[in-house]
Amino acid sequence: MPYRLEPRGERSQLWSYASPVLAVVLTIVTMGVLFAILGTPPLTAIETFLISPLLTVSGLASLAVRAAPLIMIAVGLSFCYRANVWNIGGDGQFTLGAIAGGGLALFFPNAAFWWFYPIVLVAGVLGGMFWAGIVAFLKLKFNANEILTSLMLVYIAQLVLTWLVTGPWRDPMGYGFPQSAMFSAGATTPDFGTTSIHLGCVLAPVIAIILWQVMERSVLGFQLRVVGQAPRAARFAGFSNAKLTWIALLVSGGLSGLAGIIEVTGPIGQLTTEITPGYGFTAVIVAFLGRLHPIGVIFAGLLLALSYLGGDAAQINLHLPNAITGIFQGVLLFYLLGADVLILHRFKRVRAPAPMVLAESVK
Amino acid sequence: MSMVEVSNFIISIIAASTPLLLAASGELVTERSGVLNLGVEGMMLIGAIAGFATAHATGNAYVGVLVAAGAGMLISMVFAVLTLSFFANQIATGLALTIFGHGFAALLGANYVGIAAPVLGKIAIPGLAEIPFLGPILFDQNILIYFSFIMLGGIAWFLRKTHAGLILRAVGDSHDAAHAMGYPVIPIRYGAVAFGGAMAGIAGAYLSLFYSPLWSQDLAAGRGWIALALVVFAAWRPLWLLAGAYLFGGITYLSLFLQGLGVPIPSPLISALPYVGTVVVLVLISRDSRRIRLNQPACLGKYFHAVA
Repeated sequence: MPYRLEPRGERSQLWSYASPVLAVVLTIVTMGVLFAILGTPPLTAIETFLISPLLTVSGLASLAVRAAPLIMIAVGLSFCYRANVWNIGGDGQFTLGAIAGGGLALFFPNAAFWWFYPIVLVAGVLGGMFWAGIVAFLKLKFNANEILTSLMLVYIAQLVLTWLVTGPWRDPMGYGFPQSAMFSAGATTPDFGTTSIHLGCVLAPVIAIILWQVMERSVLGFQLRVVGQAPRAARFAGFSNAKLTWIALLVSGGLSGLAGIIEVTGPIGQLTTEITPGYGFTAVIVAFLGRLHPIGVIFAGLLLALSYLGGDAAQINLHLPNAITGIFQGVLLFYLLGADVLILHRFKRVRAPAPMVLAESVK
Repeated sequence: MSMVEVSNFIISIIAASTPLLLAASGELVTERSGVLNLGVEGMMLIGAIAGFATAHATGNAYVGVLVAAGAGMLISMVFAVLTLSFFANQIATGLALTIFGHGFAALLGANYVGIAAPVLGKIAIPGLAEIPFLGPILFDQNILIYFSFIMLGGIAWFLRKTHAGLILRAVGDSHDAAHAMGYPVIPIRYGAVAFGGAMAGIAGAYLSLFYSPLWSQDLAAGRGWIALALVVFAAWRPLWLLAGAYLFGGITYLSLFLQGLGVPIPSPLISALPYVGTVVVLVLISRDSRRIRLNQPACLGKYFHAVA
């Protein structure tokens, strides 16, 4: 091997910003090759996938609508991952938020007070917190691995939702489709003017900025980072690991739940069996691509939101399966993780090995 | 229940347990070498679609199984390069593998939805298959069911009785000591990851070429994740893995069986049984943190960077 990886001894500032850029560039090149294999001219395909959705006002509005849940979930996940708590069940917490808030809205279809919608949102947040709270409880009380429990709870949440919309909450006027009644006007996410931009698109960056400040400036943020990076030091400092785990999971569960209730009371308008195209998993990529930093997450959320729009555009205009989106996301995360090696390591050229005799005599 | 019904019941449980056993036994070897590959679900899906597409094109399910093993191994090498050579976080990389696998299977499988491929036939072992009751259960099954038992026995023997198995365990328990003794830690881990990938690929082929004969997008349905939980359940010991896989195969089949009986519980809630069961079992097993600490490979998920 002519090159060898060698530790730098410190974090490279340059590469911690350059590696996401490098990863995005490599992903686009790889997608071009993939498009060529699928028999579509690569440049046309990439133009359709990454640029065409951005050329219209309604396209930009859709971008914001898609990015909102991703940013909300990913900001919470960054919080968790900084503390070394591996919540990957964002989708389940999102679903529970939709169920809890949506259930309340369905239960009071005639509520028309201005404060009803905020209560619905709070119910959504509590639903997500409850689902993540189970993970925290099982981890702290029984030492159960949070990766596996949070993931299993995704499947369980989905099946509970399926049961509700095919059973007790099915719309009696819905011709037997697996969906609830539409939410009333009093329980609908406000939107702005003629575009599809809604409250969530505004809330998401605001939440990101608030959590950024919490992480940077508060004692809690400091404790979270110490627990994640140096658990032993955190123990000596007397930081309560249990408390921080609870906080990390409740915050991220609550934000996922908020994303869920906004999504169903906004763009979707009712509960159905398919309320998330895997936002909770895509948000994992968003969190990493954003360097576990709330502001980075905003940009990463926009890029990954674009991958959903691009998948739809490729399906409509180029007749490619919209599964392209999943490939894009997976490849992007692969490249990002690979490129991150350059933050702590550098490639060093290996010179011809020293003569064996010398090596022996040193021994 | 008549004898035939009992025997069919057992055969169904075996059928539901085998994919879990195949995937989990591969992951067990990977984890014993100190590598945590969370991408089992993704590798299964890639194996499933690779096997399905190959069998559909060639008309031969066995070629499909081989290609599935190769595909699982190939994609596991992406994981290996990133985590072992580039020191990427194993948890994140495993997740990337699963996300990629979902996308890959959905892309290649888009044209196969609802289509059937050649199915793995049963191979009756002459003489033994005619034994009443036990014959159809034990000796008239498809090749991957025999294979799952042979591999499990082989892995148990390899880890416990062979020198190579001892080295693999040493690498997983203390990579520094193994390295100091001159064993090539990274190449051994590459091998263990490749083995896990091949087994997950085969588990995927089992699903697409036998268990669920029509292609559907979410074929794996969380089985890769359940397999990961099984390895913890088994405390990294092969024979416990067998018990765990059959327990979960049993629960999976039970949920189908109850739906068939028309039990007055809504079917989505019955379908949640294996997932709830996984959480419950994880809780029961993990409660004793000493047991986990004693058995878990000490270097599981840790980086290894040879200094010299």
